[in-house]
Amino acid sequence: MRLPRHWQLWAMLAPAIAFVGVFAYIPMYGIQLAFRKFTFQNGLTGGEWVGLKYFEQFFESPLFWTLMRNTVTISLATLVVGFVAPILLALIVNQVVHAGRKRFMQTATYLPHFISTVVIVGMLQVFLSPSSGLLTRLAGLAGVTDVNFLGDTSTFVPVYVISDIWQHCGWNSIIYLAALSRVDTQLYEAAKIDGASRLKLVRHVDVPALVPTMVVLLILSMGGVLSTGFEKVLLMQNTLNLPVSEVISTYVYKIGILSSQFSYSTAIGLFNTLINFVFLVVTNQIAKRVSGTSLW
Amino acid sequence: MVATYFRNRTPGDLAFSAVLAALCVLILAAVIYPVYFVVIASISDSTLVATGQVWLWPRGVNLFGYEQILKDERIWNGYLNTLLYSGVGTALNLCVTLPAAFALSRREFRPRKAIMVFFAVTMFFQGGLIPTYMLYRDIGLLDNWLVFVLPVAVNVYNLIIARAFFESSVPEELYEAAAIDGISYFGYFLKIAVPLSKAIISVIGLYYLVQHWNDFFTGLVFIRDYDKQPLQVVLRDILLSNQAFAGGAGGAGGAGTSYAQQYADQIKYGVIIVSTLPVIVLYPFLQRYFEKGVMIGAVKG
Repeated sequence: MRLPRHWQLWAMLAPAIAFVGVFAYIPMYGIQLAFRKFTFQNGLTGGEWVGLKYFEQFFESPLFWTLMRNTVTISLATLVVGFVAPILLALIVNQVVHAGRKRFMQTATYLPHFISTVVIVGMLQVFLSPSSGLLTRLAGLAGVTDVNFLGDTSTFVPVYVISDIWQHCGWNSIIYLAALSRVDTQLYEAAKIDGASRLKLVRHVDVPALVPTMVVLLILSMGGVLSTGFEKVLLMQNTLNLPVSEVISTYVYKIGILSSQFSYSTAIGLFNTLINFVFLVVTNQIAKRVSGTSLW
Repeated sequence: MVATYFRNRTPGDLAFSAVLAALCVLILAAVIYPVYFVVIASISDSTLVATGQVWLWPRGVNLFGYEQILKDERIWNGYLNTLLYSGVGTALNLCVTLPAAFALSRREFRPRKAIMVFFAVTMFFQGGLIPTYMLYRDIGLLDNWLVFVLPVAVNVYNLIIARAFFESSVPEELYEAAAIDGISYFGYFLKIAVPLSKAIISVIGLYYLVQHWNDFFTGLVFIRDYDKQPLQVVLRDILLSNQAFAGGAGGAGGAGTSYAQQYADQIKYGVIIVSTLPVIVLYPFLQRYFEKGVMIGAVKG
């Protein structure tokens, strides 16, 4: 038998294809669980076909609107603020003329990206501790007293979003800084001759240079509009903030893994994936029409 | 030089510079101070920290927190587990990702577009938690340390970065010359492509390493046996669940136990340092590589 022409390339690809095939595609095949009544004897695909029963159960559940509201609030707030902040940071850092200082700004602001979620939430707990936390005392100096930031339904989302910015803003600005470093210097020169101030250079040269990057990143993040950071939300949850902090992913984890309602939680997970996919496709189409930039 | 275009000319530009400098100082303070505070709080007298008397310098310096941490078996065990998972995991990641990325970078390899779609689909569409859990159960990965290594063997984003690097940074003439000498793909990959790609190997190696080091989810969902838990799960128990510590300090807060709570806090500050130390120590040396990875990914995305 003759080997195919590129058999060596196929051999180099084989492990990767096998791993992705098993660990990404077999679970996709298992999604049918959402339409079947799961029993341990019949396994993943042998259960009785029940159609959309579990989806209906979810839509009619009293928790549905709470979960939707919490998930959308947290992810939309993170998306909007988390989208704008790195752009502003990149514009600021790009204005730092001294090379060493610029480098230092970058090094310092990227660092928190590498701290684990567990440690970040641990830091939030010690800093926001109602009795002795550093930030609680600072808030006290500013006249805000008796607030349990992590246990209050009105402060959960701000704390979540601000700490997210703190952690990822620097890292996410890299891509914008890269775009800014490619700006044609002739543009600055021409604007200077026309008498533009530095602020105007930022406004009329730097910002337009970032637009294509912004569009791509916005589309990508729209695809995750219902996927809040599962780990961080779960770690920040406590009985006091649960009314606003229970989101789809943490709920799927609790009823699926902890209480073994496999079919029901698979259906909720699938619903979540579908919504994300729809958002991704729609945003991509809009971006294609409006700006000509799109993922596909 | 870009710098000349940024030179201040008008009073407005001077004001701009002043605002800019103030913003930079504010940003730096907001990023650095919390980290610095954790460092000084971990070696300061916990009563002084709790009453707000430690701001800029450590006071009442003592190593109580670190002594307690060194004595704690859970942390050692978690640390060793994480070292094992990260080491084996990253090695496997590189052995699987790099050859695949190389194969996908060969233009004469026709099926590469279709195979790329096969990989890219998984970035946007996943089976979800429960089907994944069932699969792991069926193939015996629950409570098995291999669950930290096998399912994450290929990260599609890293695969794309590596492929982009092979395409753009390894000169095609080298392949043509080597092909005339009758070199095989295996030989070319090992003897020419890999030695020329140290930068990208460092980048994705580091991405994978950090991903393994910070992995909390896998231990949480798929591991029951506490002896197999990685550092991040142990950290969760110490930092967030307030579990009692070896030294007896810890437990729930409240007025009655505020004394114990203060010691628990000092231990927490110490644990944050100990667990994040490898990343923070390595970070300044590796930072330029991280950045390079984002750039390659951004340009080629």
